[in-house]
Amino acid sequence: MGTSVVHLARLRLFLFIILFSSIIGQAAFGAENDWLITKPPLINKLYDTPNDHGKSIKIEWLSAEYDSAFIPEGYIIQRADSPQGPFDSIGFVPIVNNLYTDYEDVINKKDYYYRVAVTGTDITSPVEGPVQASGQWFHTGKTTTFVFSVVFCAMAIAILIFARRGVQFYIRPIGGINAIDDAIGRATEMGKPILFVPGLGTASDVATIAAFTIMERVAKKTAEYQSRVIVPCYYPETMIVAQEVVKSAFMDAGRPDMFNSKNIFYVTTDQFPYTAAVNGIMLRDKPATNFFLGKFYAESLVLAETGFEAGAIQIAGTDEPIQIPFFVAACDYTLIGEELYAASAYLSRDPMRLGTLKAQDWGKAILVVILVLGIVTASVFGSDFFIRMLDVNVN
Amino acid sequence: MSFDPGVWLAAILTLCIFSFLYKDNPFYKFAEHLSVGVSAGYYLVVLIRQTLIPAFVNPLMAGYWHVVPELPRSFGIFLLIFPVFMGILLFARFSRKWAYVARYPIAMIWGIGSGVVIPLVLQNHVIRQLQATMVPITVQSWADIGNLFIAVGVLTGLVYFFFSKEHKGLFGGTAKVGIWILMIGFGSTFGFTVMARVSLLIGRIIFLMKDWLGIIG
Repeated sequence: MGTSVVHLARLRLFLFIILFSSIIGQAAFGAENDWLITKPPLINKLYDTPNDHGKSIKIEWLSAEYDSAFIPEGYIIQRADSPQGPFDSIGFVPIVNNLYTDYEDVINKKDYYYRVAVTGTDITSPVEGPVQASGQWFHTGKTTTFVFSVVFCAMAIAILIFARRGVQFYIRPIGGINAIDDAIGRATEMGKPILFVPGLGTASDVATIAAFTIMERVAKKTAEYQSRVIVPCYYPETMIVAQEVVKSAFMDAGRPDMFNSKNIFYVTTDQFPYTAAVNGIMLRDKPATNFFLGKFYAESLVLAETGFEAGAIQIAGTDEPIQIPFFVAACDYTLIGEELYAASAYLSRDPMRLGTLKAQDWGKAILVVILVLGIVTASVFGSDFFIRMLDVNVN
Repeated sequence: MSFDPGVWLAAILTLCIFSFLYKDNPFYKFAEHLSVGVSAGYYLVVLIRQTLIPAFVNPLMAGYWHVVPELPRSFGIFLLIFPVFMGILLFARFSRKWAYVARYPIAMIWGIGSGVVIPLVLQNHVIRQLQATMVPITVQSWADIGNLFIAVGVLTGLVYFFFSKEHKGLFGGTAKVGIWILMIGFGSTFGFTVMARVSLLIGRIIFLMKDWLGIIG
C-alpha cells in the first residue's frame, strides 16, 4: 500500500517535471521548433475503455512526423470539457508510443474533448470528441468463464434434481476417509481430545468450506463418543463458523450440553505465531488424533511433523499442491486435492451431496473431451482453434 | 558481538524457538505466547488503520458519503453504513438470545466469497490450465516428449479424480498411472521445498553467527 503511494507520488513528480520543462521549452523554443514538425499528430481512436467499471477513456493517435534535426520527447495529452477549451494537460507519453488511457478523475457519462500536443512545440492535433466513460455490466473478455460456469451449474442442478427424485449414485471408496471414524474412536478409547485445524484459509475458501463439512461429521462423532474436539482458528470469522458447525453437530447428536465454545477459539492471523500456538497445543493437550483439513501453506510440515512426534494419528487434506507432499510424508492419511471436497459427500452419504460429486465428474469428463480434441487438433492439424476458443481476456 | 539490543532480542527469541527441537520448555512457551500476543495486537491495529479508518471513519467524518457518484446519494450512504452494520451483527454472538443474528453476516461473507472465488478458480485453475495443456505432440524434437508427458499426466491425473466410477480394469490402470505421476510431482516438490527451508535455516544461522556473535565475517 505504502509502496504504491510512493510510486504514485514519484510518477506525479515525474509528470510534473516533464510538463514543467515542456512549458518552459515551449515558451523559449516552442514556436521556433514548429516548422520542424512536418505533420501534426492525429487522434484516430477515442473511446470508452471496454469491459471496466467506467472512469477511463482511451486515446489513440497517428504519430507526428518531424524533421530528423528535432526529435520531440513525447506527447502531452490535453483534455477539456468543451471543444473550445480550456485544455488541461493530464498526461505525458514518450514519443515512441501512441496510446494513452486517461484515469485522471474521469466522471462517467460526462462529455470530454481531447487533443495531443507535441512537446517542445506549439503543435497540437485537432480536437476530438465528445467521448464519455461508462461502466459495462458484462465483461465480454470473460465469456468463456461465463459459459463454463453456466454449463457446470446447469449440470449440477440437473443431477441434483435426479438426486431428489431418489436416484442412487455410486461413489468409489476414498483412502483416508474411512479412517476418520476409527481415528475418533481411538481418541475416545485413549481418553484424549481431538485436534481439528481448519487451516489458514478464510471462511469462504473452498477448501475451508470442505473442512467445515468434515468438521461437522467429526464433531458429531465426538459428541456421540463423549470426547472433546479442539479447533484453533486463524481468522475470527472462521472461528464463528466453526463454533456454529460444532454446536449444530452436538445438537444433532443429542448432546448440546457437551458443547463448549471455548474449545473453538481464535489464535492469531499471523502464520508462524499461529503454527507455534498449534504446536504448543499438540504437545501440552496431547490430542490422540489430529485433523489438518483446509488451506495450508508453509506451516504444513511443521504442524504435521510435530503431530507425528507427539504420537497422534493424523489425517490431512488440502487443495494446495505444494503442501500435499509434506502431509503425504508426515501424516497417516492424506486427502489429495479434490478428495478433500469429495470427503464430505462421501461421509454423509447424502444423495444431494453425492449428486454434486457426480456433477463434478461430468464436468471433468467434458474437460477431458475438450482437452483431447485440443491436443489432437494441435498435433494433427497444427490448429490452435480450441486454445483460442477458450481464450479469457481479463484486461 | 553485537551491542544492538534489537539484535540481542531477535537472537534470544530465535534460540527460544529453536529450543523446541529438544522438547517443549518454558523458553519456547514464552516465545510462543509473545509472538501470538504481539501478532494478534499488531493485526488488530493494522485492520483498524488500513480498513476501518480509511474505508469508514474518514469518509464518514469528511462527509464524503457519495461512494459511487453515478448512483443516488442515499445508495452511497447505504454502501458505507451497511458493511459496518453487518460487522456489528457479528458481536450478537455474545448474547444467548440474539446469537443467531450473527449468521447473517457470515452468510454474506460466504455468499460474496463464493461468488468472487468460483469464476476466478474456473478461469485460472481450469480454463487456463486446459489451454496450457493443449500442446502439439509430434515426433520432431525432444520438447515433444515433454509435451507428451504433460498431456498424459493431466489426462491420467483427471481420471484418478473420477469418484463415481470404480477404479478397475483399463480405467483403474489409467488412474494408477495418474497417481504415480502425481506422486513423482509431489516428490520433486518436496525436495525443492526442503532445499528452500534449508536456505531459511542457513539465513538464521548466519544471523546468529554474524550479526549477533560476529564469529563469521
